[in-house]
Amino acid sequence: MTSTLEPLASTLSAAELAAVRADFPLLERTLRDGRPLVYLDSGATSQKPEVVLDAEQDFYTRRNAAVHRGAHQLAEEATHAFEDARARVAGFVGATPGELVWTSNATAAINLVAYAMSNATAGRGGQAARRFALAPGDEIVVTESEHHANLVPWQELAARTGATLRWIGVDDDGRLRTDELATVVTERTRVLAFTHASNVTGAVTPVEAFVARAREVGALTVLDACQSVPHLPVDLGALGVDFAAFSGHKMYGPTGVGALYGRRELLEAMPPVTTGGSMVEVVTMEATTYAPPPQRFEAGTQMVSQAVALGCAATYLSELGMPAVAAHERHLAGLLLGAVASVPGVRVIGPTDTRERLAAVSFVVDGVHAHDVGQVLDDAGVAVRVGHHCAQPLHRRFGVAATARASAGVYTTDDDVAAFREALAGVRAFFGLGGATTDGRPA
Amino acid sequence: MSSAMEQLYQQVILDHAKFPHGRGLPDGVGAVGVAAADHGTCAATSHQVNPTCGDEVTLHVDVDTSGGTPVVRGVAWEGQGCSISQASTSVLHDLVVGQDLATVDRLAASFRTMLQSQGAGLADEAEEEALGDAVAFAGVSRYAARVKCALLGWVALDDALILSGARTTEDA
Repeated sequence: MTSTLEPLASTLSAAELAAVRADFPLLERTLRDGRPLVYLDSGATSQKPEVVLDAEQDFYTRRNAAVHRGAHQLAEEATHAFEDARARVAGFVGATPGELVWTSNATAAINLVAYAMSNATAGRGGQAARRFALAPGDEIVVTESEHHANLVPWQELAARTGATLRWIGVDDDGRLRTDELATVVTERTRVLAFTHASNVTGAVTPVEAFVARAREVGALTVLDACQSVPHLPVDLGALGVDFAAFSGHKMYGPTGVGALYGRRELLEAMPPVTTGGSMVEVVTMEATTYAPPPQRFEAGTQMVSQAVALGCAATYLSELGMPAVAAHERHLAGLLLGAVASVPGVRVIGPTDTRERLAAVSFVVDGVHAHDVGQVLDDAGVAVRVGHHCAQPLHRRFGVAATARASAGVYTTDDDVAAFREALAGVRAFFGLGGATTDGRPA
Repeated sequence: MSSAMEQLYQQVILDHAKFPHGRGLPDGVGAVGVAAADHGTCAATSHQVNPTCGDEVTLHVDVDTSGGTPVVRGVAWEGQGCSISQASTSVLHDLVVGQDLATVDRLAASFRTMLQSQGAGLADEAEEEALGDAVAFAGVSRYAARVKCALLGWVALDDALILSGARTTEDA
């Protein structure tokens, strides 16, 4: 099994990290009462480097025109910028440009696949699309770890087609029950949709085992790569998944743009979902033929400036080197886990070691609701996510309604984690619950 | 700790969160909907969720309709959530039990106005006085993300009163 985390990869040097931080203007700002910002919510959305902000501005300032139409020079330049961004993002995740469809976000990407399957079930796409059609008796398998974006579209697809939804469980450490693949994924399974890395537990999925089992039974694989693409080296072609979705705004790019990866032969066989302009070949009053992918799935005016800026974000990360980014964040995962472990009355939901895990650490504070934890941390300038993180079933699995989550990004420092730790140590005391001194000993 | 935080988590809120009043549903009133509508009395239960954080409250209201104006005879609730949502429902219990519906509606309106004041509080002192312990939630209005927490129990009360038939939506 090949590891997605290379323990021997060299991390970012202190100078490199300082340079990275200088690239992100927002990190300079202060909060209420002049407090510095300690941003530990990159799992929800990342901050943007100046080159990405400039790329979007530059597109509108110098190259804006309608893409894929018009014969004038400006239209050519805009089209080139748009397609160059596609090539950069595709290359960043080990795909070819023809395998990368722009979507408004990752949720839209997953829904695109689910609705294309619906359309195939309704007979659209002809014989070639039959492989996507579902019927009663067929099964769709997801996991208990999924973000709602990779669960609800499959519940809906099952409801529309009569297929049955099943799922792989999660163990007490927050890792997927890979042992259940053999029993839950069967000859009836047509789709296996799973996350590459949980946005709650941070656990990284052994994709190889999932893909191998799906291939044994002839099921399509759909990977939610939202949390992995910004934090780990990801080669979708090498992973061998059929489809993958990821978002731009979590990988230091803008909101409003995400991507669907699909193996070329699958995209070619798949019927369109959103129809209209830009995705057609020949239109008569009676019928229409469709453009080849990826354009077949890109109806209407696209998010051109965002796509261009996302291409720039992919280049930014490539230049830093994803092995170094991953090594830096693995170091931070260790620090975050250590910080949480050092405060009495705080418990991690997810793996407590750094093996195959991201620097996204969810936790509960005994006797204090996550919202209240977040408020006390916010008062110290520490921004974390609180709530169910769009993963209610996973929280139910652990018997909690909400958790707080500290998640790192490429710009996160040891000092950020130290500030987090100090604020966390004061939470229980604030609510009158046998607090702890700042060195972690019970007060 | 900043003064805004101290305003947010006033001692009265922390106390109500720790020792909530009216908490615990009597047997058999957990089901959402109309619980009873006998002559002279009506009751109903409402379940409300804050979808952004998963906080929940199930609130049962018992109304005496035998007199000229309906009077809230009892409020019982069960819930899980942050200290703001739990304390707010506890304070609600203390405020509305024994009050007629017109008073309950006035208190609910004042509470909402205060929470939407973005830190300014209520202009009318008499109105503020009437809210009793609930004025402690004025600090919540500075934190837009927490306003829904403070209103969760009040939304459940409003819904339960409509369900009970004690008043119609047009009255609200």
